[in-house]
Amino acid sequence: MKMDRRSFLATASAGVVAVTAPSLVRAQGSGPIKIGEINSYTAQPAFLKPYRQGWELAQERANAAGGALGRKFETLFRDDAGKPEDAVRHAGDLINAEKVDLLSGGFLSNVGLAIGDFALQNKRLYIASEPLTDALVWAKGNPYTFRLRCSTYMQAAMLVEEAAKLPAKKWAVVAPNYEYGQSAVKWFKELLKKAKPDVEFVAEQFPALGRIDAGATVQALEASKPDAIFNVTFGGDLTNFVRQGNTRGLFEGRAVVSMLTGEPEYLDPLGAEAPVGWIVTGYPYAEIKTPKHVAFREAYKAQYKEEPKLGSIVGYETVQAIVAAVAKAGSTDTDKLTAAFKGLSFTGLFGPIVFRASDHQSTMGAYVGKTALKDGKGTMVDWRYADGANYLPSDDVVKTLRPAG
Amino acid sequence: MFDLILTQILNGLASASSLFLVASGLSIIFGVTRIVNFAHGSLYMLGAYLAFTLVNLFGPASALGFWGGVVLAAVLVALVGLVMEVTVLRRIYQAPELFQLLATFGIVLMIQDIALASWGAEDKLGPRAPGFKSFVILFGNRFPTYELLLIVIGPAVLALLWFLFQKTRWGTVVRAATQDREMVGALGVNQRLLFTSVFAFGAGLAGLGGALQLPREAVTLHMDLSTISEVFVVVVVGGLGSVAGAYLAAVLIGVLHAFGILIFPKITLVLVFLVMAVVLVIKPYGLMGKRPVGHVRGPAAAEPLLTPADRATKLAGLAVLLLLVAAPLVTPDHLLLTLTELVIFALFAASLHFMMGPGGMASFGHAAYFGLGAYGAALAVKWLGAPMEPALVFAPFLAGIAGLVFGWFCVRLSGVYLAMLTLAFAQIAWATAFQWVDLTGGDNGILGVWPSSWAVPKTVFYYLALAVCAACVLALRFTVFAPLGYALRAARDNPLRAEAIGIDVMRVQWVAFTVAAFAAGIAGGLFAFFKGSVFPTYMAIPRSVDALLMVLLGGVQTVSGPIVGAFAYAGLSEQLMKLTMYWRFVLGLSIVLLVVLFPRGLVGGFLALRERHGAAGSGAAGPRLAVEGVR
Repeated sequence: MKMDRRSFLATASAGVVAVTAPSLVRAQGSGPIKIGEINSYTAQPAFLKPYRQGWELAQERANAAGGALGRKFETLFRDDAGKPEDAVRHAGDLINAEKVDLLSGGFLSNVGLAIGDFALQNKRLYIASEPLTDALVWAKGNPYTFRLRCSTYMQAAMLVEEAAKLPAKKWAVVAPNYEYGQSAVKWFKELLKKAKPDVEFVAEQFPALGRIDAGATVQALEASKPDAIFNVTFGGDLTNFVRQGNTRGLFEGRAVVSMLTGEPEYLDPLGAEAPVGWIVTGYPYAEIKTPKHVAFREAYKAQYKEEPKLGSIVGYETVQAIVAAVAKAGSTDTDKLTAAFKGLSFTGLFGPIVFRASDHQSTMGAYVGKTALKDGKGTMVDWRYADGANYLPSDDVVKTLRPAG
Repeated sequence: MFDLILTQILNGLASASSLFLVASGLSIIFGVTRIVNFAHGSLYMLGAYLAFTLVNLFGPASALGFWGGVVLAAVLVALVGLVMEVTVLRRIYQAPELFQLLATFGIVLMIQDIALASWGAEDKLGPRAPGFKSFVILFGNRFPTYELLLIVIGPAVLALLWFLFQKTRWGTVVRAATQDREMVGALGVNQRLLFTSVFAFGAGLAGLGGALQLPREAVTLHMDLSTISEVFVVVVVGGLGSVAGAYLAAVLIGVLHAFGILIFPKITLVLVFLVMAVVLVIKPYGLMGKRPVGHVRGPAAAEPLLTPADRATKLAGLAVLLLLVAAPLVTPDHLLLTLTELVIFALFAASLHFMMGPGGMASFGHAAYFGLGAYGAALAVKWLGAPMEPALVFAPFLAGIAGLVFGWFCVRLSGVYLAMLTLAFAQIAWATAFQWVDLTGGDNGILGVWPSSWAVPKTVFYYLALAVCAACVLALRFTVFAPLGYALRAARDNPLRAEAIGIDVMRVQWVAFTVAAFAAGIAGGLFAFFKGSVFPTYMAIPRSVDALLMVLLGGVQTVSGPIVGAFAYAGLSEQLMKLTMYWRFVLGLSIVLLVVLFPRGLVGGFLALRERHGAAGSGAAGPRLAVEGVR
């Protein structure tokens, strides 16, 4: 809807015609397939600028290959400024005014949950690309919501596998004080205790997101004299934590296991101060030599003159998934698309991806490895691809976690 | 154990120095100009970004390159402050109290996009300071030498400021102006020059604070807003305009924080606001603040008299209402969604206006009651399985009760102190919703708060919202011209005289506070069912700021201002968010332009025009103080 309210009221009757006419045409299926993409573009630009670039690259490629059903794809990008209530407003607008065929996006967990609940109420399809919260597919899962990115639980499970191999007994944890940080700590503790019953957790710190008091936090962890540390902070908090921790020797002689730290979004800003030997989940973009990824990286660099980040991958894969689903469904009808997403499989940049029918979670994985310094920059070594399928509970367990079925 | 205590004290002192540098500038600016400078955090962020660029340009390895870069960054930020003052703020000193906040908020939005465009989205980690790269062993722990340097810099700057204020002519004038600036003006001091220099000086301190963070913290695009609330707290806890108080407050907060996290690791969300609430309840003017002398309400002309709507206004109001009632007949569904939201915001803004305009009690935390209304509705649905109708009735009571409790404390204060105490309570409410995961679902919120089936169609829900909101707005308006409203305005205009004629000022204000909270709760309840889910963001600071902006933009001295303001501000930001990814810059610029063009708000500006026109047309002798505008 290009008009504002006032000009609309001024030309009320003409407006009705102008608004309804295109949707009639669209209903016949000759226009583009429209995706309503809602994300925190201005609030989280470090992740979402690469995300949008990856998205646009994938869409250009899909359209160059003829789109799907003989129609091109078109995406309407909306900025939710990090507020769930704004995301819901955009969702309503995209569905009702722009007549999009499906919704996608979300970075923050609560934004993802809000759009998911909106999708349920309005019986529309929503593909959550990035929100990590487990609630999205389990406790608050619903028939219309699917999620691409590997969840908090999956990443914690990947790291626990490595952490259990360490001799460390006494663990300290530091995590941002909101749902993601709390869930990550909860799963890490629970799974590690299961794998290694004799571990104990001697200290925990929950700095407010974006406002870590790094010196005091490092000192508080140091005081508990742990053998190892589990870190969930990221972004600016991580940078400040690492700098204070390096100077104060917190990491010396201690193992550190860290969520997301291998992602270029968070590793690159650390520059030469990037930690060495941390066990992390991430994305070693320069090291992955599979033909599919190399081709993607070349194309991405040619187009945007910069290296891809994890956001680029998530954006790219979300489009891939949608394109594959439309082709499989042979229609843009919500029910048919939803059915197509159940068990949808396609070859992603990291490996095969399946959207599980049981809980609507994709099996896209992450790279697990150790951080290292190379040419004055952080990178990952000894990494392997952890396929998400191996870190998800079985369908039987999912039934107990997911009331929606 | 003893080692840990000593080390945490040092950590607290280092944080305190960082806080103090930024807070001192804010405190000085407020002391003299009475501007609540929301953009102070943005100046701090600019200082950090500029220092990052300059230090890397000059060569971070040499001491001259590093410190030269830091100092030049601070000077550049002072220049930015100078430009802000001369181009924008100078034009609106005569506007109603707090109106300048609107302009500085516009600048915050603009600087956010400018920083993103200039420095990119990725966080920046600055170089370490030459000579202070390493650590010393203190109390058995490694302690960074740069933190030691900061611990020294804080008091050093404090001493420097003391010298400046006690021993130079400029400083003497600044102190005098902080106490009583009308008197300073009457004595022939050039106020323009004074205000400009003070603003630039304060901005420079913010820039210096940001630049000094370079070896310590990542430079990010979130620095501005994550700093500003904390710095405000420091200034208010210290006592507005008191630099020594600001240092004391910074130390108190820094040290309490360093120890607080040892005992309650999750207290990080709310600790500073708890401290502020306690301090303000015990010491209403902060630790070292003094009861202001002279004209408390600032240099603005006396509040114009509110008069009941004249015939033309009533007709205009009726026309607007009819237009809104008729809207669904000609408007497609999706515009109804926008209209529903605007109508709810209009009630939210009107409820804030009720305590802020006639009541003279500005609130920086009004979203608390909006959010509590939303949570009231959502909790009733989630835990009691209530359908929409009883949940909507229940919603405002949660907000109203909170208003009753919080209000009792708040009405004991006045001006910015009162506003900051409302902010403290709002943050406590927010943190409760955020952290009490079992009850509220934490930041993942409460989902599935959808209307009863009869109210699901967009048109029906729109009429429901319109009916409730219009009735409440009219009731609020009615109250303004009822005895309570007159008593309230008397209490605002002159509390002493009001007391003398037998008005229980605090009681009247307390009632108004509660009424405003209750009305905001009604809006919040509707909003919950409109959105289908409830999150802590509903009572976070940005929502409180939105309400303030709506009231100020519309015109705080008129009754219909908040409604016009809500439609203008929310409508504008909604449209801009759709049109461009750089909506923050455009919105910020629009706000700044509107502020300069309509220094009394949109309705205030309209009234002034009408008055001038009317006076010229009829040749009436005496100018009327005020008339009421559109509905």
